[in-house]
Amino acid sequence: MQVTELVKTAREIRRNIIRTVYRAQAGHLGGPLSATDLLTALYFEVMKIDPDNPKDVMRDRFVLSKGHSAIALYCTLAERGYFSKAELETFDKINSRLQAHPDMTVLPGLDMSTGSLGIGISNAVGIALGSKLEGSSFHTYCMVGDGETQEGQVWEAADTAVKYKLDNLTVVLDYNGLQQYGWPGTEGKEREIPVLEPAERWKAFGFHVISIDGHDMLQILRAFREAKGVKGKPTIIIAHTVKGKGVSFMEGQYLWHSRVPTDPELQAALEELAEGVV
Amino acid sequence: MVTLEKNHMVSMRDLFGQKLLALSQADTRVLALDGDLANSTKLDKVAENNAKQFLQMGIAEQNMLGVAAGLAAVGFQPWVCSFAAFIVKRALDPIVVSISQPKLNVKMVGAYSGLLNGCTGKTHQGIEDMAIMRSLPNMVVLAPADAVELEKMMDFAYKYEGPVYIRLARDPYPILFDQAEYEFQIGKGVLLREGNDVTIISTGTQTSRSLIAAYLLEQQGISAAVLHMPSVKPIDIEAVVAAARTTGAIVTAEEHNIYGGLGSAVSEVLGEHWPTPMERVGVQDKNTESGSNDALLDKYGLTPVHVANAVLKVMARKRG
Repeated sequence: MQVTELVKTAREIRRNIIRTVYRAQAGHLGGPLSATDLLTALYFEVMKIDPDNPKDVMRDRFVLSKGHSAIALYCTLAERGYFSKAELETFDKINSRLQAHPDMTVLPGLDMSTGSLGIGISNAVGIALGSKLEGSSFHTYCMVGDGETQEGQVWEAADTAVKYKLDNLTVVLDYNGLQQYGWPGTEGKEREIPVLEPAERWKAFGFHVISIDGHDMLQILRAFREAKGVKGKPTIIIAHTVKGKGVSFMEGQYLWHSRVPTDPELQAALEELAEGVV
Repeated sequence: MVTLEKNHMVSMRDLFGQKLLALSQADTRVLALDGDLANSTKLDKVAENNAKQFLQMGIAEQNMLGVAAGLAAVGFQPWVCSFAAFIVKRALDPIVVSISQPKLNVKMVGAYSGLLNGCTGKTHQGIEDMAIMRSLPNMVVLAPADAVELEKMMDFAYKYEGPVYIRLARDPYPILFDQAEYEFQIGKGVLLREGNDVTIISTGTQTSRSLIAAYLLEQQGISAAVLHMPSVKPIDIEAVVAAARTTGAIVTAEEHNIYGGLGSAVSEVLGEHWPTPMERVGVQDKNTESGSNDALLDKYGLTPVHVANAVLKVMARKRG
């Protein structure tokens, strides 16, 4: 897909994320919006997948370690044709396949169930390790939130990925700098994450590190291409993103981590996205 | 395959290592995951003889269980083994989110369960594992009484698609079952000894102690049945109810806290189906300590004499 097409698709996905949260009167917005461009690139360009054959054993795999951004993944999967967009209306409702956090047992197209933070990256390491053990050529992608890297398990998984030389694993860090409540911030940010510079941290663990603007589609595509060519070690793409990206009054505001828009806010958000503010 | 003779003492961990090696040699999808305890748990048998199917995960249990789930998601059958204390408690959240909820095909083996852990004390003892694992949907919870039963259980677990937790003991235990004849069945109890006055329902290592207790009781003219319950979840409701109906009094015995394990499971069955006087032998909800096997069993009330005393106590309350 052309870059301009991808940008357009991401905008449509963002609109659906906001509509879905509004309809469900529940869900997360900030993190899903910061992750949208990355997910769009993965599902519309980077990953070898077939929505008509979601269980193909040779498909590339994706694990959403930051499971609370499930709504962004659902809107991406629906846009890509895994299921009808009408089903998005069931999000977060009883008997829905679109659970608040991803449930692989009910929705084909999900490669792993996640939700509790810091766990999905271990699952992705297991999938990539399994691929190596059986000599498969599929690639495994895992999106990690920056807040969840406070969990120790993330670093246990990082150790293992390096130890087993998982060059078939690409981790994407959605580095939006904000979490649900966190610590009082500085430099204009209300509440930010007290992590060290993540590039140095992941490099110290032995990862190949690529830092990009996580909303620049060209940089995103280039980073995934570079990651696939790295041999002998796993790669992490540090994607500098903006929480609430695409809607001016949500951007960089920790309160939009999981707020539901009011009627006027919904209209304003959809208008901004219709005008192509990406 | 080793030949195990009745009444010989064999350690489950030795048999475990040998059996897992055999399973891994027969099927490349069987993997052994170790948290740096392979020479204690005897998972080293796989490391030494089939290294390509042995994965060292380091001292990082949460990640180990998460990686196992990922491996299972792409078709492998990971066998994760560590001390029961660490596999269950340290890695509980990954077990819940990545294994129990998605029902992935991961086998978890809690070696060194119960009290007798080679003088390592309460941090390394696993006396809550059955309670915790029993509360997770999709989880099968098994506790073998001897090495023969363990081998049969491992054959079952290998064929079963879904999560299984097996608790093992560190030290040698007498072989109770006939290797050629015994057949392990999920959800089925095994009546090891018939009796009219009371039924001792036991699991794991406490079964051989319960058999001794029954013998001691016989000397006093009390006829105690021993119903071994290797499958704690699912439990054999029919056998428990039948035991309560025929003997009118139940004692449970387990090397575990009295809350949440076999004693609780049996109480639940009786409460719902056939209320019956019962006593629970196990650790009486106490923090434990380090010490020799005999001292631990004695202080925390798990010897055959304790089981026999519980029988006398429940007999006094038996109706009619």
